[in-house]
Amino acid sequence: MVAAIKRPGWTRGALGALAAAAFGFGLVIALRAISDLPLYQTEQTGYPHVVVPLILAPLGFLAGFGCFDYWLRWAAGMPTIPEDHSQHGAKSWKDYFRFNTDHKVIGIQYICTTFFFFFMGGLMAMLIRAELAQPGTQIVDAATFNSLFSTHAVLMIFVFVIPVFAGIANYVLPLMIGAPDMAFPRLNALSFWMLPLAGLLFIGSFLAPGGAFDAGWTGYAPLSTGAPLGQSFFNLGVQFAGASSIATALNFLVTIITMRAPGMTFWRMPLLVWANLSTSLLVVAATPFIAGAQFMVLFDRILHTNFFQFAAGGDVISYQHIFWFYSHPAVYIMMLPGFGIISEVISTHARKPIFGYRLMALALIGIVVLSYSVWAHHMFVAGMFSWLRVPMMLTTLLIAVPTGIKIFSWLGTLYFGKIHTYSTAMLFALAFIVTFTIGGISGVMLGMVPIDIHVSDTYFIVAHIHFVLFGGSVFTIFSGIYHWFPKMTGRMYDEKLGRVHFWGTLVGTWGTFIPMHWIGMDGMPRRVADYATQFGNWNLLISCCAFFLGACQLVFLYNMIVSWRFGPKADANPWRANSIEWQVSSPPPIFNFDEIPRVVGGPYEFGVPGARHAIMAGEGAEVPAAEPSVVGSST
Amino acid sequence: MYGRLPIAKMLGVTVALTAAISAVMVSINWDGQEASTAAPKIDDLLNVMIVISSFVFSLVIVMLFYALWKFKAKPGDESDGEPIHGNTRLEVAWTLIPTIIVLFGGGYSWKVLHDIEEPVKDALTVDVFSQQYAWSFGYPGKDNKFVEGEFHVPVNRQVQFKMHAQDVIHSFWVPEWRIKKDNVPGITTTAIVTPDKIGTYQLICTELCGFGHASMRAKVVVESPAKFREWVTGLKQTIPQPFLDSIQQDTETNPVPLDAGGA
Repeated sequence: MVAAIKRPGWTRGALGALAAAAFGFGLVIALRAISDLPLYQTEQTGYPHVVVPLILAPLGFLAGFGCFDYWLRWAAGMPTIPEDHSQHGAKSWKDYFRFNTDHKVIGIQYICTTFFFFFMGGLMAMLIRAELAQPGTQIVDAATFNSLFSTHAVLMIFVFVIPVFAGIANYVLPLMIGAPDMAFPRLNALSFWMLPLAGLLFIGSFLAPGGAFDAGWTGYAPLSTGAPLGQSFFNLGVQFAGASSIATALNFLVTIITMRAPGMTFWRMPLLVWANLSTSLLVVAATPFIAGAQFMVLFDRILHTNFFQFAAGGDVISYQHIFWFYSHPAVYIMMLPGFGIISEVISTHARKPIFGYRLMALALIGIVVLSYSVWAHHMFVAGMFSWLRVPMMLTTLLIAVPTGIKIFSWLGTLYFGKIHTYSTAMLFALAFIVTFTIGGISGVMLGMVPIDIHVSDTYFIVAHIHFVLFGGSVFTIFSGIYHWFPKMTGRMYDEKLGRVHFWGTLVGTWGTFIPMHWIGMDGMPRRVADYATQFGNWNLLISCCAFFLGACQLVFLYNMIVSWRFGPKADANPWRANSIEWQVSSPPPIFNFDEIPRVVGGPYEFGVPGARHAIMAGEGAEVPAAEPSVVGSST
Repeated sequence: MYGRLPIAKMLGVTVALTAAISAVMVSINWDGQEASTAAPKIDDLLNVMIVISSFVFSLVIVMLFYALWKFKAKPGDESDGEPIHGNTRLEVAWTLIPTIIVLFGGGYSWKVLHDIEEPVKDALTVDVFSQQYAWSFGYPGKDNKFVEGEFHVPVNRQVQFKMHAQDVIHSFWVPEWRIKKDNVPGITTTAIVTPDKIGTYQLICTELCGFGHASMRAKVVVESPAKFREWVTGLKQTIPQPFLDSIQQDTETNPVPLDAGGA
């Protein structure tokens, strides 16, 4: 028992959480007692004796779990424990449930955790659609309904789409650039373990008096500053998810900039690496803004600051500016890594170099730059200065240009190729091009102020965001999961079930989200538990399609679990791809490479006679040495 | 070297598909009844966008399905495709042409926005007060007439709504007018509408404002000027003091028309 308490792990983590929570609770009560205040403040926005422990308990858990052990010893001047790699790699499933510094283990931890939240969020979507299947109130009351759609969005955005990309990249990216691991493995592990804490805070808010947060994922003040306790859970959860995101992005940036294999110049990086470079640039600069916005709301709620308290001189609209200055770049944070996945999948399965590789990379950077200048297009009807709408409209429309470049370049890649569609990954990639084009088109319409004035805050918006986030991001996630499943698990998934999942998801997506455009334009506002009877039939159809879509995801879940356990063994390179991760065994050895590979050419040289992307260890003799001007010019 | 594409045929199919899709899409009245001078302008913009979008969509579909039909690998074919790395002319084209299209759309939208928000001198001012979960309206003047849950406006006269929220953000939307504006606590926001059809409509709150959000509605009556005068004169209530205070205290953030520059 004593040993379990001393050793980093679940027991010490639980004790750490309890101790930190007790300390926080005691601190609040003691301070209130000596200040002659009532011990428990239970105004709905207050509850300091709950909020302070909620801040401290996750930190206590992380400390107990061992996330800070190495750094704390070092900071305290104690002898550091020599790195024996005992926290590296996984020999049994139990190793996935501890502090692990192996990027491949962390990648799988990320993916499994985020898919858990995906199914939780999906379950909420099913409840939302069940309520909306008929006009009137049947299943949940209006307040619960508000909590459901708020939590659905928050789970999907903050603990599914954003981090699942971090998970895929965590696994694949170091392999792709020929690195043995990420630049900061301990920081990487800490980033991961903050994530389930954020998810638990979001879901845990259902236990708070007054119910889960219900001001939408946007949490606009002053609705959020006056909302019940659950809103504080949201404010805090975003801090943990955000810190996790920022730390991972820094890790990716340093890894990509400093740890590329010799010969891997920037113009030889696979587009997935470019995509994660761009995404990380967005994350490190934009995410602090949402952290700030949520802290300001939290301070307004429990410290009675007046950032957004209009009666005390606060400015309500400034919340939206700060929020969207993160949350618009966030939609690209949720899309650019997917662009990277699609480039890898399409090039490999069409057996063709990416058409216009450099322009593809530059388009990513173009999107990064432009995405900081478009945030106020979410606020065309918000009552901000009227002239600001015009420049924001023009930049918004212009961002369609680099996005269009990517669509056309993927299509161009298919021409004169040898397109193989046996892989579910490729099917999702091809379908992504079409559904994302529709999402892009409705995005351009929304960018036009007069159209936006009419359809803003209607179901047209719901349709648009689901076409870009489900038909866009989630399709790319499925594509990536199927593509790298053999690499990650060493087993093949079942293509037949993959096809069932693909066609069901495609039909379900269109059936669910296309009619939403129509009812939105025709007058149905979003975020309503009840609606005019004229929309009844459409909503019934949408709900049926949504249930079908939900059921198809169970096929995916079954396929993944059963194939991981019982699937046929996978070769090192089942798709005959060029990039480095496919040149090592499936799954890769613990430190990825016996010897760091040398990169001698571009990543997509399909069909170029004699062309190689990388020379692996022990191959040197067979292949002529690379041109001297290229080897070693890795920076 | 690697064969030619039937570009003329592909373009022909794209244009035909565009025509078919846009014919269907434009013939449907997506936005519902038009009941303000702004509505046809916005719907025309939408229709132009539908045609352009149909073209983009058709182009993507034709390019995708032609490639899938023509370049699909035969079973057992393990060879690679042609090593084409790009085509500068094509890449410049699909950068520049979309830029021109979106800038055209931007210019057109700017024009429409300017037209629908052009203020006139003899406009009627109506104060809008919103709170969880009810609307009320004031008619400023020496009587400061006030009414809850319903408002009337005369047909064919510009109305400038001055909006005030008492608690959280609400949003004022009459779909038939195609006009929406948030009501924001602490500031006065303005929406400009010229109703041009007599009838009864519904005002819908479109900004999440709490559990009663879905039912936060009000009745909108557009009627002849004579009937309107009669209705206003018959109103019994006057604007209550808290609402008068909010008119006084709220900062006007949106006072200038679009082309006045701003600052």
